Amino acid sequence: MLNLQKFGVTFKRNLMDKSNKSGAEALIHSLHLEGVEFMFGYPGGAALHIYDAIFNQNYVDHILVRHEQGAVHAADGYARATGKPGVALVTSGPGATNAITGLATAYMDSTPIVVISGQVKSNLIGTDSFQETDMIGISRPIVKHSFLVQRAEDIPEIVKKAFHIATTGRPGPVVIDVPKDLTDPEYKFEFHYPKEINMRSYNPPTEGDTSRIKEAVDLIETAKRPVIYSGGGVIQNDASDELIELAKLLNFPVTNTLMGLGAFPGSDPQFMGMLGMHGTYQANMAMHNADLIIAIGARFDDRITNDPKQFSLGAKKIHIDVDPASVSKIIHADIPIVGSAKECLSALLLELNSRNLKLNESDISEWNKQISTWRDAHGLNHSLLELGPQNGKILPQQVVQSLYKETNGEAFITSDVGQHQMFAAQYYHFDKPRQWINSGGLGTMGFGLPSAMGVQLAFPESTVACVTGEGSIQMCIQELSTCLQYGLPIKIINLNNAALGMVRQWQDMQYGGRHSSSTYENSLPDFIALAESYGHVGIKVTKFEDLEAAMKECVSLKDRLVFLDVDVDPNEHVYPMLEAGNAMDHMWLGKEEKTWK
Amino acid sequence: MKRVIALLMENQPGALSRVVGLFSQRGYNIETLVVAPTTDPTLSRLTMSTEGDEKVVEQITKQLDKLIDVVLVTNLSESEFVERELMLIKFRKDSFPENAFQDSNVVSKNDEVINVQVVGTSSELDALITEIKGSNPIEVVRSGSLGISSDKNTLSIEN
Repeated sequence: MLNLQKFGVTFKRNLMDKSNKSGAEALIHSLHLEGVEFMFGYPGGAALHIYDAIFNQNYVDHILVRHEQGAVHAADGYARATGKPGVALVTSGPGATNAITGLATAYMDSTPIVVISGQVKSNLIGTDSFQETDMIGISRPIVKHSFLVQRAEDIPEIVKKAFHIATTGRPGPVVIDVPKDLTDPEYKFEFHYPKEINMRSYNPPTEGDTSRIKEAVDLIETAKRPVIYSGGGVIQNDASDELIELAKLLNFPVTNTLMGLGAFPGSDPQFMGMLGMHGTYQANMAMHNADLIIAIGARFDDRITNDPKQFSLGAKKIHIDVDPASVSKIIHADIPIVGSAKECLSALLLELNSRNLKLNESDISEWNKQISTWRDAHGLNHSLLELGPQNGKILPQQVVQSLYKETNGEAFITSDVGQHQMFAAQYYHFDKPRQWINSGGLGTMGFGLPSAMGVQLAFPESTVACVTGEGSIQMCIQELSTCLQYGLPIKIINLNNAALGMVRQWQDMQYGGRHSSSTYENSLPDFIALAESYGHVGIKVTKFEDLEAAMKECVSLKDRLVFLDVDVDPNEHVYPMLEAGNAMDHMWLGKEEKTWK
Repeated sequence: MKRVIALLMENQPGALSRVVGLFSQRGYNIETLVVAPTTDPTLSRLTMSTEGDEKVVEQITKQLDKLIDVVLVTNLSESEFVERELMLIKFRKDSFPENAFQDSNVVSKNDEVINVQVVGTSSELDALITEIKGSNPIEVVRSGSLGISSDKNTLSIEN
């Protein structure tokens, strides 16, 4: 699958086995010792010593992207799909600034990545030298931590610390800024890689407070209308099994955030679907009417709570999170439990199993019936394909359902940002954690394709589809070239409504239908010709009758990148949609239909 | 209400900018900020005072604690503590309010100006400034608050 050798890149194994190393060699060797298989990057002046060290070894494969934003998103996608830290390498100045959007994306979604940036020589720092930018300064608010290397000898320890910080506690991006002179091949030193790292100022919590766990179980025993609300933390911490065990033991309904989809099987009847801004009717109604919310690895952000003052007023909240600052930040936690999702859920299960548990079974059963009633009344229709074309057009939701059908629900799905992202989240039932990869926190258009590259490299035999729109895909379209170079057979599913759909939806709903700068006035490229010019396969679908056959062909072309460009109904909106500034039960269910008077 | 937060952080370049940056990034207000190395040269102690309700201060301390360079954080205003600030004031010699100060307050004088130093709580210093307003001080410099707990608790990594 990976065509590194095909393009005449031959790797030499030298230098790397000697104990004396330059800073650049020490850097690459440290990455190797951290288990790094791939790094994504783009060379430039300040990083050239490092690139030479990469050329001289064959432990760590370097993937040449076409823009540094793509490198960081690819590393991020790799990290999200594998759970292992992703690595990107960029040069100073514009290389570093181009990496910023990727860093902010990873920061908001707490993904473990390490970004190494070349920096101008130490003696030039602060002199406005060529391609100089203060990377530590500009990245400061969007990294978990950062290091400016000051001595070449410090590189191994800094790499060790960077990976430790990126991957533990609440994960996040770490930057290592390396001045060029500290990677000089002429300066060598004895290489030692620390076995472990002890940082007095960094001791992330793992186990939750035992007394709190007991209190949580006491509360669980009193619950009549409980909801389990889990987020990205459960996926990051590989706590999906424990979550499922908890939900099954208690028979409590489950909802997942956009970042948490896949932690609980999407096709399980106990699953209410996503909650929040575009969450399902039943999930939002259940949250609003609950008497107990068990939040696990989720942070009550504004896309969930709507108005926090009106949020689920009748519910007690148990909040499990590894980040103490996330607990009681937005919504007061009656029982705060600070610790990793896996450890806390295990402790909770242990306590539950050790008790002669008395749940309000008949109330809970009534509650589950109520949720079914809500689902029947206004739940999503997962059989839209059977309806055929609507007003002669293909619904974007039908495309996602067709993709689900053709991939047996087993594909990795990456996404960009907008209506297509919400349709993918709503209609592709994610049964496994790490299967759904999207920029939930920052909402970064352009994330889908490069992140799919990271996923495809990690899982060369799996189907990786990027569900995107004609707006988002153009934000990192240059990576089609990278996909050809490395033979990445990503399936790009372009829900083409010839408009910035989510922007237009808001303009329809809140700005009297004034479509300010949300259409392209016939300036869109011919995506089929575009894909073909990059050496890929393009398939155009304009009629519903052709959709399923085209999707089948797209998915069956295992070795080729396919750009499936589907013209969808441009008038479709994403529903449900929370009415801003209200409680979670205030939802638009259609253009004319809403849940309140 | 004024709150005083004290923290120990790694004495490293960039550490201070992370702390200060956090305040602007998260929209918190810093009223005063004092930072200096401790007797352990690897650590700096930083004291800041801020206005905010209990919930905001709790968030501030949690967010500060998350910074990798921050070793320990405490909200001194949670229990009894001593807060002191140093103020230097410059007067023209001919308008120096002799009654407001003792000789020991005077730290320098010449034919034109007199400099005095005063130590007190921030509110005492505020009151003094009001009191001497009529003497038209030509420069007032305040250090910002330092704080230490009144009980045996210390902000130390050796505890």
